[in-house]
Amino acid sequence: MILHEETVYEALDHAHGGEGHWAFGTGFDEPLAGVDTTVPEGIDPADLGAYCLMLGDDALVLAQRLTQWVTAAPELEEEVAIGNTALDLLGQARLLLARAGSVGVLGRSRTLATDSIPDEDALAYFRDPDEFRNTGLVAAENGDFGQTVVRLLVASTVRLAVFARLRESRDPVLAAIAAKGVNELAYHRDHAARWVLRLGDGTAESHRRVQAGVDAVWPHLADLFTATDVERRLTEAGVAVDPADVREEVVSVLTQVLDQATLRVPEWPADTPPRSRTGEHGPELSALLETLQGLARRHPAATW
Amino acid sequence: MSAPTLERPAPDETALQQRFDATIAADRRIEPRDWMPEGYRRTLVRQIAQHAHSEIIGMQPEGDWLLAAPSLRRKAILLAKVQDEAGHGMYLYSAAETLGADRADLTDKLIESKQKYSSIFNYPTLTYADVGVIGWLVDGAAICNQVPLCRSSYGPYARAMIRICKEESFHQRQGYELLMTMMRGTPAQRAMVQDAVDRWWWPSLMMFGPPDDDSPNSAQSMAWGIKRHSNDELRQRYVDMSVPQAQFLGVTLPDPDLRFDEESGHWRFGAIDWEEFKRVVSGHGPANAERLRRRRAARDDNAWVTEAATAYAAKHAGTAAGSAA
Repeated sequence: MILHEETVYEALDHAHGGEGHWAFGTGFDEPLAGVDTTVPEGIDPADLGAYCLMLGDDALVLAQRLTQWVTAAPELEEEVAIGNTALDLLGQARLLLARAGSVGVLGRSRTLATDSIPDEDALAYFRDPDEFRNTGLVAAENGDFGQTVVRLLVASTVRLAVFARLRESRDPVLAAIAAKGVNELAYHRDHAARWVLRLGDGTAESHRRVQAGVDAVWPHLADLFTATDVERRLTEAGVAVDPADVREEVVSVLTQVLDQATLRVPEWPADTPPRSRTGEHGPELSALLETLQGLARRHPAATW
Repeated sequence: MSAPTLERPAPDETALQQRFDATIAADRRIEPRDWMPEGYRRTLVRQIAQHAHSEIIGMQPEGDWLLAAPSLRRKAILLAKVQDEAGHGMYLYSAAETLGADRADLTDKLIESKQKYSSIFNYPTLTYADVGVIGWLVDGAAICNQVPLCRSSYGPYARAMIRICKEESFHQRQGYELLMTMMRGTPAQRAMVQDAVDRWWWPSLMMFGPPDDDSPNSAQSMAWGIKRHSNDELRQRYVDMSVPQAQFLGVTLPDPDLRFDEESGHWRFGAIDWEEFKRVVSGHGPANAERLRRRRAARDDNAWVTEAATAYAAKHAGTAAGSAA
């Protein structure tokens, strides 16, 4: 393949306008552009929006945690893999937040953000921590690389199980988002599982460290499988997945990976009410959001 | 014909040298298994490694804004770009490995300051406009430098550069588009763009290296077809390209001597502060220590991970997970 150098220089001279001058399209456009966002009959838009925030916030917050590894990962291959995973999750977050916005669930954010700011950004940048609906599992600090891959294993196993079922959701937008996400999540789970195997069955030090990671992550399983009222109602309406329904699959996958990695499976924590899903978070989420939102909030009238 | 002396290559080496010279003269590619003079190999390893290091260190100044990008779309664009840079580093280290170098060893040399990287990455990124200006000016300058390398005489390097240049050109466009958006925005956003241009313009001119009369390795590299144009030629090309772009954007380039020369058709620019260039390239820029500290931390803090992957692969040689390690 020959790239004539004059063509490239010429393209740079005409940097404004003319898609044809560039190797690729600009991409990264409005997430739900051209999609019919009508809510099917019998579905409460407020519930649907609240549910999209749960799934969207999980993705956004985990993407932010994974992004903290960029320029700090063990190998260049892992820079790319972790970055790709974060990018996939960020894509899922954008779609889900845009879906929440499309059904009018914007909370206080819309009064703070300028009109020209799209819904996805109003929701990501102009909600306070108590309006976030992510789990404590994704908000927790990364810890070392071992703990990071254990958390990714748990989070992607749960999310994959939920998304696989959501492909049948009565909300066609959510079903389409889930269908796209399943392939991505299967890769994330596989990637994390391979690392847990390598670290568990690698050296004595890596075994010790990743076991400590497992022990640190496990308590976060406690509130993952109790449905909120919103989830319960939407499950009855054929829109959402009751997290209790994926519990068995999650236990089975995690046990299998940890066994093969020669790691000890800690005692499963007792179920607790889903506090973080209703807006009760620890200081680690506030700190994460301060970094994520600071610049956008300092310039509330700006578009980027 | 006189008898061969000790200084001359042995007869079979003479034939190899002649074949190498003929390949270069015909503008064909040298491939990894071909014979090549030791100096050619050494020069290429040095240049490709320096280029790879620049991609990897270059992830940091922009990466500093990943967590704080002001919209999700900008965050996605920046994350994809920083990813591409890691990918470029990988292709380039692979190209260096076809010459017998080893990635881990080259990384050690970077961390121990035995090999250099582009001095531009020793400047800090102070506002989000810096992300746009790096795309527009720094990637723009990199493309001017790198497009001719798509015709470099060393095959694996030339092929890596084709892919890299395409992606760089995409990044340049995204950077420029961010700046256009900011210039249409609030007065604070416009001020950020001008401030970033003021800080990055002169360092971007330095990216082409010292002036031709002070560039010791250039002549040999051009004779070998590793390099295609002189530093000053490329710098002029970059200035001619950037001035109209700056005008369209609505920013002022911080050079009172900048003027269009009707006769030559080129934009003439003021004197570059080469003392600053020397200071920054020799490790005394604002961010040199931080750049290397972070690269060292990525290697050292995760050494246990790499050791585990190696141990696992040895235990499970032949199995799927083992071979992926």
